[in-house]
Amino acid sequence: MSKLPKPDELLSDVKLHDMPSKHWMDLKPEFKPGSYLYAVEPQVMEDLGRPHLGKWQPHDEKWPLPENWKEIVREAIKKRLERNRAFKLFMDICVRCGACADKCHFFLGTGDPKNMPVLRAELIRSIIKGEFSTFGKLFGRLSGGRPLTEDVIKEWFLYFYQCTECRRCSVFCPYGIDTAEVTIMMREILHELGIAVDWAMKPVRFSHFVGNHIGLQPHTIKENIEYLLYDIEQITGIQIEVPINRKGAEILFVTPSADFFADPGIYTFMGYVLLFHHIGLDYTISTYASEGGNFGFFNTLEFAKKLHGKIYEEAKRLKVKWILGGECGHMWRVWHQYHNTWFGPFDYLEVPKSPITGTVFEHAKDNKIVHICEFTADLIAHGKLKIDPSRNDHLVVTFHDSCNTSRAMGIFEEPRFIIKNVCNNFVEMPENTIREKTFCCGSGSGLNADEFMEMRMRGGFPRANAVEYVHKKYGVNTLACICAIDRAVLPTLMNYWVPGVEVSGVHELVGNALIMEGEKERTTDLRYRPLKGKEGEV
Amino acid sequence: MNVFFSFIITLILVLIPVVGVGLLGLDPLFGIVIPYVAFLIFFFGLIYRIIDWARSPQPFKIPTTCGQQKSLPWIKHSRLESPFTMKEVYLRMFFEVFLFRSLFRNLRADLVGKRLIYGSAKWLWLGAILFHLSFLVIMLRHLRFFIHPVPSLVDIIAKVDGFFQLGIPPIYHTDLFILAGLFLLLLRRLVDSKVNYLSHASDYFPLFLILGIVISGILMRTIFKVDVQAVKELAYGLATFSPVLPSHKIGVLFYIHLFLVSVLAAYFPFSKLVHMVGVFFSPTRNLPNNNRAERYINPWDYPVKYTTYCEWQERFRDVMEEAGIPIDDEWCKETAEAQKQA
Repeated sequence: MSKLPKPDELLSDVKLHDMPSKHWMDLKPEFKPGSYLYAVEPQVMEDLGRPHLGKWQPHDEKWPLPENWKEIVREAIKKRLERNRAFKLFMDICVRCGACADKCHFFLGTGDPKNMPVLRAELIRSIIKGEFSTFGKLFGRLSGGRPLTEDVIKEWFLYFYQCTECRRCSVFCPYGIDTAEVTIMMREILHELGIAVDWAMKPVRFSHFVGNHIGLQPHTIKENIEYLLYDIEQITGIQIEVPINRKGAEILFVTPSADFFADPGIYTFMGYVLLFHHIGLDYTISTYASEGGNFGFFNTLEFAKKLHGKIYEEAKRLKVKWILGGECGHMWRVWHQYHNTWFGPFDYLEVPKSPITGTVFEHAKDNKIVHICEFTADLIAHGKLKIDPSRNDHLVVTFHDSCNTSRAMGIFEEPRFIIKNVCNNFVEMPENTIREKTFCCGSGSGLNADEFMEMRMRGGFPRANAVEYVHKKYGVNTLACICAIDRAVLPTLMNYWVPGVEVSGVHELVGNALIMEGEKERTTDLRYRPLKGKEGEV
Repeated sequence: MNVFFSFIITLILVLIPVVGVGLLGLDPLFGIVIPYVAFLIFFFGLIYRIIDWARSPQPFKIPTTCGQQKSLPWIKHSRLESPFTMKEVYLRMFFEVFLFRSLFRNLRADLVGKRLIYGSAKWLWLGAILFHLSFLVIMLRHLRFFIHPVPSLVDIIAKVDGFFQLGIPPIYHTDLFILAGLFLLLLRRLVDSKVNYLSHASDYFPLFLILGIVISGILMRTIFKVDVQAVKELAYGLATFSPVLPSHKIGVLFYIHLFLVSVLAAYFPFSKLVHMVGVFFSPTRNLPNNNRAERYINPWDYPVKYTTYCEWQERFRDVMEEAGIPIDDEWCKETAEAQKQA
């Protein structure tokens, strides 16, 4: 792995308004350590029945492409143009107005022109022109066309894995051109050649065969949960049970598996189960459908569908009435925008109704899945929770809107409403960096590998910069979010750019504030940090 | 290079009717044949594009949500930015298409030391709205050449457009606005280093072409006047499919204008200019954010094989039993039987 430059040095080469003297079509892709992901291990692809290129790495001079690679690529492009209007349209109508140019976090952190969303899309648009259009063949570069070469494939690999599918550019585009759509298609096309990244594919294999992306086996999940319950008992003095694979429960709760085992997701998990215990919810979790997240989505849509089929078989098997989903970003993009199309109709489930407040979740009446923030906001609004927000007084909280829940779902108020009810100190980051204009963590869509660290710190810079602003101005020490990838990567990002800011899920804050029946006086929060005024007692 | 090339091409296009009509006297070709051919290309080309898009399936409902979703009744949802019903989608589309709402959001990012600063950047929006709306009004105004008697609405538009009576004959405000808009858009492409870097020749060409059309049109009206009656004769003939060359010869300037318009029409369906129609098809804007309330069908959806519960249970039976996690053989029997029957 390459050495990561110091924060003061990292951006010294970034010039947002200086462009290279060479035309972008003449710039060869450069595989600098820290800015690309390692190739997938062949066995992973074998196991999943997908083509691969054998043992190779992106920095190899010559890539072992199959002999008919051009044909494969052309066919793959054609097929997608025919089957996906969004892709076709976005290839056709861009006018290169440049509104998106400085909206991408990777551009803002690198100054690399090919990270401007418009040029990222031109990387394929130019090939479609150069290979399929008479105009494009005739006028070549003048009309934006160029021939398909091996360097183009390398370029695609580099830049379509320097996009986190965050959709920020799509907010600003006058035609709504969504680079995420382009990137999804391009990763699929690379997949057809057998090109994929290890970090994004191993989790697919685990999720497919074992059920969750890290490969936690059922008994391990149970053990992990027991550890967390032990901690809860230490902190609150009460014993909680978490039902596992229980038939006949009313609700199936599915969350990203990181919440079972990874710091700081585990605190969010403690928050969930405290809440469920508090309201006496009739629910179960599943060790079979143990992954709400979906690494398939970062590779091909077919893989994405493959991985989430489990959730609905499990809902059927356990005969639950509806499904509740935990805090996660891309998971909710897939759940909200894809599930109903893939797995519906859901006549074996019932329209979700909160057993506590009686609220019918009309907006989820067809898919029958509810976001935990929707569920909890409803509980709080009905006054069903006993809350002591002062237990979060040691925290000054700001909220990071995750890309996918923001721009592919629109859940903005629910988490804010919850936070404002369970915390006394909440401040917003600057207006242009939150809600629909929020910045990606820089590591989404399967890019959170260690070998990619420099690019992650660059891509995460705009987000970190906004946190730094409120950290200095208001003393913010907690960055709350509703995304498992955020919880996995933002701590690293904060350590690098804004030391002194911790990352937390929203339901961790809920868990801190909930006054449980029969609990002892709490002196610490769920992380064993002393509460305000209790520093001496710990 | 890109700018130069596009400019030269436009100049050549200007010279073609100068030679064709001015020197060779090919009035019928430039007055009747080329406009018809261009219009046919425009018409069928555009229909082809529309059918082509309309036929390609949109597999998923993928609106870009730029505002609060509709969820709990006490949370105000953003009807415009996160439309739940089709009515709200039409509203969103109206604002997108006629007021360029997304473009209005535009920001400018600057890196100052180690701080990112975002400022308002409405120039692109201003240039675009000046250009497009003026273009629309000018097109409507031009109906006076094609429809007889002139509809009162067209008269009213022309009157309003000349309200301030600048010069004789009064200059239309939209003529000035469209020039301002075009120069803004062109200037931006030349001056903004990022936009300059990503522009192709084919991005400058339409700007020059339309500038040529606008300038020739304004000149015709103000300085080098042409016989308006003769123009009307020709235009009306074209519109009623009984084309005749007017008895009085029309000046070359008019033929330059008409030829450039013809080129624009023929170029339109096969260039980025189709964004005008394409924007209506954009799945991130024209679909409602109601995915969980209303199922969306993917016409080519296909079943995929996933690891079933029973396959999974078989693999982990031992550890599950040991950990006291319930085993469910009943379900496996049920599903196996269901499969047999199927």
